[in-house]
Amino acid sequence: MVMQRSTDHLSGIFSALADPTRRAILARLASGEASVGELSQPFPMSQPAISKHLKVLERAGLIAKSREAQWRLCRLEAAPLREVADWMEPYRRFWDESFSRLDDHLRAMKEAKEKRR
Amino acid sequence: MTYPPGSSLKITTPSDREIVVTRAFDAPRDLVFEAWTKPEHVRHWWGWRSSTMIVCEAEVRPGGSWRYVTREESGVEVPFTGVYREVTPPERVVHTEIYDVAPFNSGDPAVTTVTFREEAGRTTVTATTLYPTKEIRDTVLQSRMEAGAAESYDRLAEHLGTLV
Repeated sequence: MVMQRSTDHLSGIFSALADPTRRAILARLASGEASVGELSQPFPMSQPAISKHLKVLERAGLIAKSREAQWRLCRLEAAPLREVADWMEPYRRFWDESFSRLDDHLRAMKEAKEKRR
Repeated sequence: MTYPPGSSLKITTPSDREIVVTRAFDAPRDLVFEAWTKPEHVRHWWGWRSSTMIVCEAEVRPGGSWRYVTREESGVEVPFTGVYREVTPPERVVHTEIYDVAPFNSGDPAVTTVTFREEAGRTTVTATTLYPTKEIRDTVLQSRMEAGAAESYDRLAEHLGTLV
């Protein structure tokens, strides 16, 4: 089933995102390409450990490595993130809509309270 | 991940069994706590504008149960139920949560922790739900799909109305 396959594909993206170090790496790459060395600097872990994280991100299609440089640069691939965002969109809209109704209701509650005074 | 960036509503998935929803409201937290927990208020805001709240009951005390059922425009009923574990007004509520439709209502419930933080008259609500499995978490994330699609058709219809 197409739906099933796309869910499995998304599962890969989600599990890649379910790690603070990997999310921090993506955040860093959002501001431009970086080498493995540069990416390891802010973290208290070895380069091989960072390389492992990069492999997970690469497998999920979230980053790509350029071939031009002598030491390969990593760059962010935005498409899978967009996919996750699209997938979550109805869920987000559900809350967005409920909460904008809650905004209105809170306003009405505040007014009712002031009137009682 | 956070989506969309920069908006007041934030939905994140910090682990593969959790969903965290965060939103700031322009009201003090005792009011937000009341609106969030009391059924007479909940019925005014919970769910899509196009859905109808047909059951809205909550005994807001530890051990008390709650049940919210909405009917979508399509006629589908969406029942959620659970039990309160902790009620600390106006700071924190912990309750279980079950989507009361087979097969989702046979296993362990999800557990939601809601915190209310006030700063300069505004209240930030953070609702963290921990699901028993990743599969259930993913199903929940997708569950609004049908209604979401219906809603967007409504908007399209509205928009088309303005063009005629």
